Amino acid sequence: MSATTIQTKTRPIMRVAMVGHVDHGKSTLVGRLLKDMNALPAGKVEAVAAMCERRGMKFEWAFVTDALQAERDQGITIDSSHINFSSNTRDYILIDAPGHREFIKNMISGSSDCDGAVVVIDAKEGVREQSRRHALLLHLLGVRQIAVAVTKMDSVSYDEKVYQAIKSEFSLNLQNFDIEATRIIPTAGLNGDNVVTTSENMAWYDGPTLIEALEEFREASDAKDLPFRIPVQDIYRFDDRRIVAGRVDSGEILSGDTIIFSPSNRRAIVNSIENWPNENKLATAVSGDSIGITLKEQIFVERGEVISHADNPPVETNVFRARVFWLGSRPLSAGESYRIRCSTAECGVEVESIEAVIDVAEMDSINNEQVPSDCVGDIVLRTDRMLALDSGCRIVIADGYNVVAGGLVDTEGYPDQRQVRTQKATNITAVEHGVSRKIRAERNGHAGGVIWMTGLSGSGKSTLSVELERQLFARGYQVVVLDGDNLRYGLNANLGFSPEDRSENIRRAGEVAALFAESGFIVVTAFISPYREDRARARNAATENFHEVFISAGLEVCEERDPKGLYVKARAGEISDFTGVSAPYEPPETSEFEVDTGALSVDASVDALVNYVSVRFPLNSN
Amino acid sequence: MDENSATRIRLKALESRSVFILREAFNQIDKIAMLWSLGKDSNVIVWLARKAFFGHIPFPLVHVDTGKKFREMYDFRDRYTAEWGANLITGDCPPVEEMDKDLPPAARSAARKTAGLNSLIEAHGFQGVIAGIRRDEEGTRAKERVFSPRGQGNTWDVRNQPPEFWDQFRTMVPEGTHIRVHPLLHWSEIDIWRYIGQENIPMVDLYFAKDGKRYRSLGDQDITNPVESSAATVDEIIAELEETDVAERSGRAMDHEREDAFEALRARGYM
Repeated sequence: MSATTIQTKTRPIMRVAMVGHVDHGKSTLVGRLLKDMNALPAGKVEAVAAMCERRGMKFEWAFVTDALQAERDQGITIDSSHINFSSNTRDYILIDAPGHREFIKNMISGSSDCDGAVVVIDAKEGVREQSRRHALLLHLLGVRQIAVAVTKMDSVSYDEKVYQAIKSEFSLNLQNFDIEATRIIPTAGLNGDNVVTTSENMAWYDGPTLIEALEEFREASDAKDLPFRIPVQDIYRFDDRRIVAGRVDSGEILSGDTIIFSPSNRRAIVNSIENWPNENKLATAVSGDSIGITLKEQIFVERGEVISHADNPPVETNVFRARVFWLGSRPLSAGESYRIRCSTAECGVEVESIEAVIDVAEMDSINNEQVPSDCVGDIVLRTDRMLALDSGCRIVIADGYNVVAGGLVDTEGYPDQRQVRTQKATNITAVEHGVSRKIRAERNGHAGGVIWMTGLSGSGKSTLSVELERQLFARGYQVVVLDGDNLRYGLNANLGFSPEDRSENIRRAGEVAALFAESGFIVVTAFISPYREDRARARNAATENFHEVFISAGLEVCEERDPKGLYVKARAGEISDFTGVSAPYEPPETSEFEVDTGALSVDASVDALVNYVSVRFPLNSN
Repeated sequence: MDENSATRIRLKALESRSVFILREAFNQIDKIAMLWSLGKDSNVIVWLARKAFFGHIPFPLVHVDTGKKFREMYDFRDRYTAEWGANLITGDCPPVEEMDKDLPPAARSAARKTAGLNSLIEAHGFQGVIAGIRRDEEGTRAKERVFSPRGQGNTWDVRNQPPEFWDQFRTMVPEGTHIRVHPLLHWSEIDIWRYIGQENIPMVDLYFAKDGKRYRSLGDQDITNPVESSAATVDEIIAELEETDVAERSGRAMDHEREDAFEALRARGYM
């Protein structure tokens, strides 16, 4: 009974979802396919025919594939059936998914790990809402090979014009979703036209039959060549060994590799890859393998962290875009809070904004306030802790007990926060100051602090900061301005405008501002500082007397002013990653003060600021 | 690629997914147990648990004892409970007279097991029960989820199952209900035997042919029948399964009494 003596046939498996609008003839097509591939057990058709007669129902091929009582009663598929058949080259599992909108969640559950899919469209009915919805959902689920069967061609007298019209309409629909159908095949399930045998009724068609189109589907290639990732699933302590358990998502790991855990940023060396019940440890593990590893040094790690190689880690962020399909019964709205899961990581999440809603019914963009049930939207999510993500990775959203959405992450436009979060130097000890803040404040005549202005380019930050500095200085304040452009000539000369460089730019500015404030100055800063997380970091650096001031002129106002001609360049595509145009601006949620320069004159704005500072930082009478 | 390595790769993929599911169940569900019916699928999930947890079985094995199993099955149970260091919980089943009179005779007899399981779940407060059912066994099992919520009274609401995709499971359990976890849902009967062969997993002798007959599926003595077969080794069973078009559960009387009998059993909490 050893492995080497087994001489049996293992053939490749192809999983194919059958989807389409309800009543478009999906089950009939499947029934016919099974019959013509000789996949129906002897007597099955006769048994179903007898059952139909007993119940006084017309025989339908669908009954052959439906196993559940409830389905026969209602005449619609409620949950996916799994049906097996074989071709000469491989074994097929057909997932016959329900077409009714009410059962979208079952369609998704059945189809999510398919290699390919067939969208069935009734020649007489034409392209319908569910045809488009199913194709889009399959694409988001990761099913990238989609064939289309235009069926019931017999009901339109095998008319080529009908086929061509459906073909061009649906191809255009799919194009909008970045999908290209592998084949679009005219068929008739009832008579078996172009199912397994080439139809004599449609001599005008010279493409493949349905089974030939299925045979063209490629089996899933493994993710071995992608960067190495394992989400930590659990930590076990068995037999005095501490084992980190997880399934390899992509790539390959070797015993002895240096790995990094994200987002904790802890490093370790792989001591062993466990291999029960074998005494010999594994040398390597690849994508798909569920493994357990031990580490050379004992570090604290927990479920949800992502293991990678040190030189190719995932992005760390708590804000990102995602294209999601929404299954919740209530529409998805901005401001709502849910739980999010990315592999084994789970935390709280807030829907920051909805950027677009894709309407499969009308094929144009509808209101962007809510994503209705069973629809797809592009949204921005903000999590309540740092996540380790890759662009294109999968997330699900849970509401209470249930998973209500799935989606694909897009990290474009938001910074990888790994660098700014990482303390690289070790063996450092902070020195206690000999001169306290209090004594400094007494000598200076006022406390030190940070007036952190944030707002779009052109909102007036630089103008206001310079005037504020002048007036405060005249009143006897120790005051200094940190300006974005000025800092970029010196301290930050090595930084560009990528999201990561912008975060680093602000991190350095925040640290410098904190030092000035510590030494007793009022620091006025004028940085766009578009990311909320970066401003929170600057606030932390200052530890006290940090005042975030939102210079809140809207995009239209700023664009009209365009003092440096930057908006024109950004619109023309000459500047990439320009805040408000091609990169996000995250307005403050709770700023200490707001100045709307769209409504107030420069003088009135400066007055408001001078007044604010005078009250918060009163001058001593000396 | 030669046949053997194709088989190994397929079995590795099946095993890895099952191990992932078992680890999710163990991590996410507090009070969890594994059903051990002593049949082939059941022995495979116990083996997979030992794979997932490196030789350990970190939850109790539950044997719902109808009192009508084959003697070989009881011997097997006692031997491997000791050998694997398992924490075995057994529970009895109520007499058939207490079961629903509307069920056909064999299904009514099988319903005892459901009743026995339900009272065990209640007595121990299990929130999760791992069971070795497979999609290819039977039509209603094909509709199952990997993490399948059971309602109050342990009922299965096939019409209202949660979405499940990308191996993200519904793991939260409302008070008074439990979740059935199905780590073998994606395996087929022939996969099971190939894996048994590869891993050398011990099996009850009744599966191997004696005097031209063997059991393909093991249940209670009085409602399980052997099939015609000369397959006396694992390899011979695999060879037999490659050729046969006889259904796996054809020897299980309760599946064939009425077209909806098995579905009715499952809605009430049968595995």
